[in-house]
Amino acid sequence: MKKLLTALLFAPAVALAAGAAVHLDKAPDVQNDQAALQSGARTFVNYCLNCHGASFVRYNRLTELGLTEQQVKENLMFTADKIGEAMRVAARPEEQKVWLGAAPPDLSLVARARASADGSGADWLYTYLRSFYVDDKRPTGWNNTLFANVGMPHVLWQLQGQQVLNKEHKLELAVPGTLSPAEYDKVVGDLVGFMVWLAEPDAGFRKRVGLGVLAFLVVLFGFAYAMKKQFWKDIK
Amino acid sequence: MSNECKVDCGRRRLVVATAAVGGVGAIAALVPFLSSMLPSERAKAAGAPVEVEIGTLEPGQMMTVEWRGKPVWIISRTPQMLETLPKLNDSMADPKSEKNMQPDYCRNEVRSIKPEIMVAVGICTHLGCSPSAKFKPGADEGMDSNWLGGFLCPCHGSTFDFAGRVFKNKPAPDNLEVPPHMYLSDKRILIGEDKKGA
Amino acid sequence: MAANTNFEKYKSDGSLQGNLLEWFDARFPATSMWRGHLSEYYAPKNFNFWYFFGSLAMLVLVIQILTGIFLVMHYKPDASLNANGIPVAFASVEYIMRDVPWGWLIRYMHSTGASAFFVVVYLHMFRGMLYGSYRQPRELVWIFGTLIFLCLMAEAFMGYLLPWGQMSFWGAQVIVNLFSAIPLIGEPLSIWIRGDFVVGDATLNRFFAFHVIAVPLVLLGLVAAHILALHEVGSNNPDGVEIKKRKDVHGNPLDGIPFHPYYSVKDIVGVVVFLMVFSIIVFFAPEGGGYFLEYNNFLPADPLKTPLHIAPVWYFTPYYSLLRAMVWPLFGIDAKFWGVVAMGAGVVILAFLPWLDRSPVKSIRYRGPIFKTLLTLFVISFFLLGFLGTQPPSYAFFGVIPSAPVAQVLSAYYFLYFLTMPWWSRIDKYKPEPDRVTM
Repeated sequence: MKKLLTALLFAPAVALAAGAAVHLDKAPDVQNDQAALQSGARTFVNYCLNCHGASFVRYNRLTELGLTEQQVKENLMFTADKIGEAMRVAARPEEQKVWLGAAPPDLSLVARARASADGSGADWLYTYLRSFYVDDKRPTGWNNTLFANVGMPHVLWQLQGQQVLNKEHKLELAVPGTLSPAEYDKVVGDLVGFMVWLAEPDAGFRKRVGLGVLAFLVVLFGFAYAMKKQFWKDIK
Repeated sequence: MSNECKVDCGRRRLVVATAAVGGVGAIAALVPFLSSMLPSERAKAAGAPVEVEIGTLEPGQMMTVEWRGKPVWIISRTPQMLETLPKLNDSMADPKSEKNMQPDYCRNEVRSIKPEIMVAVGICTHLGCSPSAKFKPGADEGMDSNWLGGFLCPCHGSTFDFAGRVFKNKPAPDNLEVPPHMYLSDKRILIGEDKKGA
Repeated sequence: MAANTNFEKYKSDGSLQGNLLEWFDARFPATSMWRGHLSEYYAPKNFNFWYFFGSLAMLVLVIQILTGIFLVMHYKPDASLNANGIPVAFASVEYIMRDVPWGWLIRYMHSTGASAFFVVVYLHMFRGMLYGSYRQPRELVWIFGTLIFLCLMAEAFMGYLLPWGQMSFWGAQVIVNLFSAIPLIGEPLSIWIRGDFVVGDATLNRFFAFHVIAVPLVLLGLVAAHILALHEVGSNNPDGVEIKKRKDVHGNPLDGIPFHPYYSVKDIVGVVVFLMVFSIIVFFAPEGGGYFLEYNNFLPADPLKTPLHIAPVWYFTPYYSLLRAMVWPLFGIDAKFWGVVAMGAGVVILAFLPWLDRSPVKSIRYRGPIFKTLLTLFVISFFLLGFLGTQPPSYAFFGVIPSAPVAQVLSAYYFLYFLTMPWWSRIDKYKPEPDRVTM
């Protein structure tokens, strides 16, 4: 019966794995690589922040990526006056609705919201940003194999170049961009890493605290267990 | 008997040890809860230093800016206004600003860095109302005929001079607070931050 | 054991402290409560692993209340949009996660606590089913417990709306719409519950009121009643025999030991182990693989865009499956109504267990093969119903076996298990109970 229960507990995981229809490329984990996160931050403010906000994140948080306030102010802070302000878009959401048809979503949490049974949110973003292709039928001229008929144009196309769908419906680089495919993947990987950090800047701290708490509980368990043994000696 | 004590002593030692370790844990667990009541990042950002452009401030005028949710007055004092200050020394509760209501660099006759520019938190030190400006000497603005100009708190009638010093025998105990501030240039003040002693 | 209410009052030894205690005890039942419920509450000495979950449920309740108080200090139940076009309620949760010092910890404790609550309560209830803890004379203990479970579901459901994410919004939308299935009064009833024609600001505010004050008050009262009733009749044990039948010369049960210190020190060990598991989730996997914090709930509520797949949080999914299993209209009333009835009946039927079970013995240790088989099947079907509740109705096992008929069979089994119990529990074989408990 125990075996059966274990099997049942894992049934959802197995079933979900079996049901996974979408293939996502694995995003590199750069959470411990400050240089990568800084480069991701640069890409983010230069390409994403024009239309998307990250309104839950204050600019001074970026100092946690190993930058000084002065560096943040000079290199990354284009949409605010004060370092304590949030990473807003320059435009107001109502205006964006008029210009773009819909207000582009806030990206503070996108790396958590895009997680699914198919893979982490990072994997989704990493695949998404590398899956744009030229499509004349779309108003923006761009389509995406992961997110069909997406409203967003390929903002990074100058870096990646232009992909097209070939006869086997596979992506193919038709016009190279300023970066080689490997370089482009690195840029996207860093950017996605930054967005993962953005979704929960305290995640690293959280895990460090967790180790301390667990170490403490192990000690407490030792004492509590010894105490229980001592008291229960006389119960037969 | 001795056997019993042995058991009891062992028990007591373990109870004390477990309680001590558990107590440390409980106190540590309090830290996050109590710190969550400290000012948040939002409050800190809102309380960040404020830059003020004072180029347009005419002599004899004042302006109010918000810093940490409090009104901060910037008063451009004329020579006439400054002249009233020494005359009032005897009627003041703390004429020499001995109490710590100002940064050290403003502990002087005029309670400011530059005599002509006065910076003060516009909150009465009695119960927190914001005093109103009564700049005209005499009884024109409903004050006594020997009034030389300053501020009147409408709540309980405390009066202050042009340096924010409180008059004797009034409900307010202290002079108005002078916030930390510094000059970024001749025409720009940063309120809320100073280079110590600058 | 039955609380002896005639405990002697505290007598001072003449010291100041002693005098104070005597004064206090003369005016308040401090000594008698301490002795009646702790130091002289005799509990069977053979409690096993399963008996940790009652005190753990209590611990989680304390965690939830404590973290809840501190969350309320920062949370704002407001569905209007802020300057960035994000609902204020959603933004205030992220404010807690990012701007409030240690806010993330308090929030994760609360969100993990919600799931932990159901884990320990489900295990606690299962313990009762294993050892017949609901049987005479503990029927009221069990009924109070069922009411606590109901309250907990209401509490969790309304609390889940508060983050005002996509799953919060659409989950509430679906569940509140269920009430519209009730004939005649359904439509006005669901509008009354929402205070609007869709789930909106009014709904958010009233759910907040219920979640932070009304339901917790009822919950605390029920927990007190649950424990008082238990201490009146005494605890059951894995052998299902009454320890009160055999007493020593002092009138204390031979197989009983004082709850304090024996079970207090034992429960502390259980608490520490629980806290380890709890901390691992809070600090290393607060999303619980998308089961504790659903991924779609990181998107702010959008009344114009339903997520592709809405599933309730895991602890509701067995009952959600019961609801979905009803697809046939009956007596001229929509299937939707019968789904609601099935879901409600699935919980309420638990309260009748004391009278459905006719076995001469209480504990699984002495019960026959029919009980053991049917209970095993019940556990399996409960897990499967729970799993299916997380899946879209189109889900098929191994891609071929459609899930809807499976869920219907499992739902039927869920009810048949209880409804036929009076019959099979009587004809089942059993072993005679021992006289005394076994360790």
